[in-house]
Amino acid sequence: MPVVDLKPKTPLDNMVLLTIGTVTFAEIDAGPLTSVSPYLGQAGNLSDALKSAHGMTLPGPNRATGKDGARAIWFGRDQALLIGPAPHNTLAKHAALTDQTDAWATTTLTGAQATDVLARLTPLDLRDAHFKRGHTARSDLMHMNASITRLGTDTFMIMVFRSMAQTLLHDIQTAMEGVAARG
Amino acid sequence: MRLADKGLIDRNAPISFSFDGVEYNGFKGDTLASALLANEVRLVARSFKYHRPRGILTAGSEEPNALVTIGSGGRADPNARATVQEIYTGLEARSQNAWPSLGFDAMAVNDLAAPFLGAGFYYKTLMWPRAFWERVYEPIIRRAAGLGTLSGQANTDKYERAFAHCDLLVIGAGPAGLMAALTAARSGVDVILADEDSIMGGRLNAETYTVDGQTGADWAANTVAELAGMDNVRLMTRTVVTGAYDQGTYGALERVNHHADRRDGKAVLETFWRIAAKQTVLAAGALERPIAFQNNDRPGIMMANAVRAYVNRWGVAPGKTVTVFANNDDAHRSAMDLQNAGVHVAAVIDSRNSAKALGDYRLITGAQVCATSGRKQLESVTYRTASGEDSISTDCLAMSGGWNPSVHMTCHMNGRPTWREDIASFVPTPGSIPNMTVAGACNGDFSTAACLAAGVAAARDALAALGTKPAEVPIPNAEDSDYKMEPLWAVAGKGRAWLDFQNDVSVKDIKQAASENFRSVEHMKRYTTQGMATDQGKNSNVNALALLADATGRGIPETGTTTFRPPYSPVAIAAMGAGAQGKGFMPERFITSHAATIERGAPMMEAGLWYRPSYFPAKGETHWRQSCDREVNLVREAVGVCDVSTLGKIDIQGPDAAALLDFVYTNMFSTLKTGRVRYGLMLREDGHVMDDGTTARLSDTHFVMTTTTAAAGQVMRHLEFVTQCLRPDWDLRFTSVTEQWAQFAVAGPKSRELLNGLLSTPIDNETWPFMACGDVTVAGVQGRLFRISFSGEHAYEVAVPARYGDALFRALLKQAEAMGGGAYGMEALNVLRIEKGFITHGEIHGRVTAFDIGMDRMISAKKDCIGKVMSQREGLLDEDREQLMGFKPVGAVKQLTGGAHFYPEGEDPTPDNDQGYMTSVGFSPTFGHFLGLGFVRGGAARQGDRLRMIDAVRGIETVVEVCHPVFFDPKGDRARG
Repeated sequence: MPVVDLKPKTPLDNMVLLTIGTVTFAEIDAGPLTSVSPYLGQAGNLSDALKSAHGMTLPGPNRATGKDGARAIWFGRDQALLIGPAPHNTLAKHAALTDQTDAWATTTLTGAQATDVLARLTPLDLRDAHFKRGHTARSDLMHMNASITRLGTDTFMIMVFRSMAQTLLHDIQTAMEGVAARG
Repeated sequence: MRLADKGLIDRNAPISFSFDGVEYNGFKGDTLASALLANEVRLVARSFKYHRPRGILTAGSEEPNALVTIGSGGRADPNARATVQEIYTGLEARSQNAWPSLGFDAMAVNDLAAPFLGAGFYYKTLMWPRAFWERVYEPIIRRAAGLGTLSGQANTDKYERAFAHCDLLVIGAGPAGLMAALTAARSGVDVILADEDSIMGGRLNAETYTVDGQTGADWAANTVAELAGMDNVRLMTRTVVTGAYDQGTYGALERVNHHADRRDGKAVLETFWRIAAKQTVLAAGALERPIAFQNNDRPGIMMANAVRAYVNRWGVAPGKTVTVFANNDDAHRSAMDLQNAGVHVAAVIDSRNSAKALGDYRLITGAQVCATSGRKQLESVTYRTASGEDSISTDCLAMSGGWNPSVHMTCHMNGRPTWREDIASFVPTPGSIPNMTVAGACNGDFSTAACLAAGVAAARDALAALGTKPAEVPIPNAEDSDYKMEPLWAVAGKGRAWLDFQNDVSVKDIKQAASENFRSVEHMKRYTTQGMATDQGKNSNVNALALLADATGRGIPETGTTTFRPPYSPVAIAAMGAGAQGKGFMPERFITSHAATIERGAPMMEAGLWYRPSYFPAKGETHWRQSCDREVNLVREAVGVCDVSTLGKIDIQGPDAAALLDFVYTNMFSTLKTGRVRYGLMLREDGHVMDDGTTARLSDTHFVMTTTTAAAGQVMRHLEFVTQCLRPDWDLRFTSVTEQWAQFAVAGPKSRELLNGLLSTPIDNETWPFMACGDVTVAGVQGRLFRISFSGEHAYEVAVPARYGDALFRALLKQAEAMGGGAYGMEALNVLRIEKGFITHGEIHGRVTAFDIGMDRMISAKKDCIGKVMSQREGLLDEDREQLMGFKPVGAVKQLTGGAHFYPEGEDPTPDNDQGYMTSVGFSPTFGHFLGLGFVRGGAARQGDRLRMIDAVRGIETVVEVCHPVFFDPKGDRARG
């Protein structure tokens, strides 16, 4: 059997790092992504299993739990996305687990004007008092379906379909340029 | 003429600009209008219909006359209001609608023909011949009438759209708006204060009133400075709120860079905002209304408020000898402000008998201006009193017929304003826009003190609704006078007295409309075009309907208003559609093999949002058919590789997963063994075919469903509907894994040989028979292998996590090419499946049943499924229905085309004789001629029949023979081999 080495590529290929004005856009490697969907009546048990295996509870709607390296974000109805650790075996008893590591382009947008950039792309109300650290939402980002999570005061995690990574880069860059040009 | 020591302009910052090619100078803070007036340029435009000379009428966004084109080429910006356009160094402005020049406009001949061109002229005259409507009359009318023109070139300016959110949106930053914003801001809620002007303050910047002992402008600036220092306040200058929409959403246009020459970099010209507000205070102010009298449109005749705005804010005297014509006290301020600035005031002509002079100027009471003279520049006015007529030499007339509250925004959700007899104006009807409070002049409060107080009161109302305790904000001291207006809409007399300056509508036109029984205000509007120009009749609507009321013997409230609609001010489509031009219209979805595919020179075609290769041109191939034929042959003879990742893939898990599949597919899936794949057909609830695809069973409770590329979203939505609404009791979960897996078809007699070069454990026909599936290790990577075929060949689909897609595609191609195979694109894929009679959405286009495509036996009798009962309705199983069949050319013409229709031989191609239509065609190199799939009446029984295939669009007629839809390897031996 011939040895063929399959070289992996990230959704934005070379881990894009782009700074325009005060804002930085970066592709990140957040580790394995796993869709975790509790079976009927299993949300409580799943939350306990998540807590003991990975240190975070099952997030409610529009919330994220955990921290850098082991995070769970609400990802839709009856669905959370486990980010960081490979899912522990005990989770499978309570939830459908689906590997989504390669399905999403995972990026961060950082900077004091990150919310100004996002205001050009998403209808979400990102005011500090309304979209705090640990809040997450599925929403539009320009014309794309996106997951947006506030990781810190000036840092957002943005995920879109892997196949749309180039459009994400284009749209984010355009918005960053527009904000930066205002000075 | 520039006045010394007046205005909010920066005299240390001179700016040069050009108008109609002539260089002028102005100062920072000037609008184009103020700078032109400072340079004594009075004639700035020609009117819409009669090409009459026109000057600057107003000092605000309501300007009907002074429309100019800014810039040139693709960036030319037509119909810019000179009263809004700020000047910057290098600004190039041009007049519009005049030829050969503004000073001598040949089309002014229209004005001489005016007696024939009044309201209804076009409707009555240009009736016949009908063929002339579009080809003759319209081009002539369009050439004669009009505003600015577009360049016809693509605009390279950048625009953007953005969202903003707040607790309270305050629209307008005059005294009422500033007090509302200040009250709310000090109370701690999030405030957005938007104003269309470049500096906030509204009329305070244009008047000489004091507020709390400061000049109005200083008080406004100090208040704005306090607001600017607060974290919970966003100030949006140069931002006009354009519309009120559902759920507290407002549209707003920000002119980001119209005032600066920053159009070459990344800076945007405009931003179109969507502002979501819990509460809104509308403090839009009021607009002064003209008085209609003969030739009231000459350059030099202006609104009284504009005249003093030019004096006070811009330090410009609009004339050397100014006359005022008014029906109220407020306009007398123009005379006083002019005198204080050293400008000669000839007289104040006041229609009120009771009028009193407020200063030391000549006052003529009980008088009306009845005529004017001066073609391109006002020279004199004639006024009439009880004792007769007299004339005054004057080069500027400041007129005022009173003030109209800007009620427009309150009518955007179909509200109607209320008539207030005491101020002879319409005011907003409370509750017209949910969660909006109206304050200040736009609510009929015309004194500064009343506006300041109303702003506080409105904010307190809004804060109460927000559940926030209001901060105590003292109301500043300011004038609180009554402006004592006595209505005067039009001065009686001969000649044309203009109402709508922008659309050239006169008093006579309104009367004519009434006399011809266009008595409804909406009919009058359309008959005369009153209020239908870009300014939406901001100056003229109330006057026009007052005159209509008079002409029809009704009161103004009974006559009513026309409907004000968004946008309040014109908005460029480029701003509303920002970011969506060209490829920005929708996201681009790229397959993992995109780069490798482009490297091979493959042209890409769109499949929904996806981009897929049409074909892979080889060296020497000059036509896509050559590539397609070669690719078909290499699949049939060796091995081909095709990226099929775009097909929808849905991961379904749970104890009831099999039950779901049995319910959504027509055929049985609960009996499918683990490690096997089955083809399935899905119906809509109405019994028609929705989609088809294969589903693989990975374990007892784990399936992977594939959908077509086109219907991936639709199927996902369908599954959500079924599980959320029909069977929420079922214990299962599903999610899309389309993006997770890169999947490649490896098809052809040598497909297994190719794969065995990459798989850690080689396969054979025993371990991996037709329709087998399972986990494999491909070149060291965990993947999945499905033995399925859309080409009819011995074929597989191999899937790996998407990160390896690029590398696996390249590795597969390298192997394939070494074996005499290669990549194939959508064209070859299409031919291969047509040869096999496999369907796509070309066939299952939404109007066909399982019966129509010969798959009615796939609807299992042993179970129920969605659409089953409905598919058995009478008529859906009729033998005479159009059914899927194959077609081949049998006459002299060999070409088949998709979309062509079938007719019996010897019969005319009429709708009555229509026998069906072709859905898919391709040239088959395997058979050496075209093959087609299509639907034909009673198809199953008509094998061997000959039909006329007529493509009326392309002008092609071919004689075809009806065939079984499976042309190639009907027994399917090759796929099992």
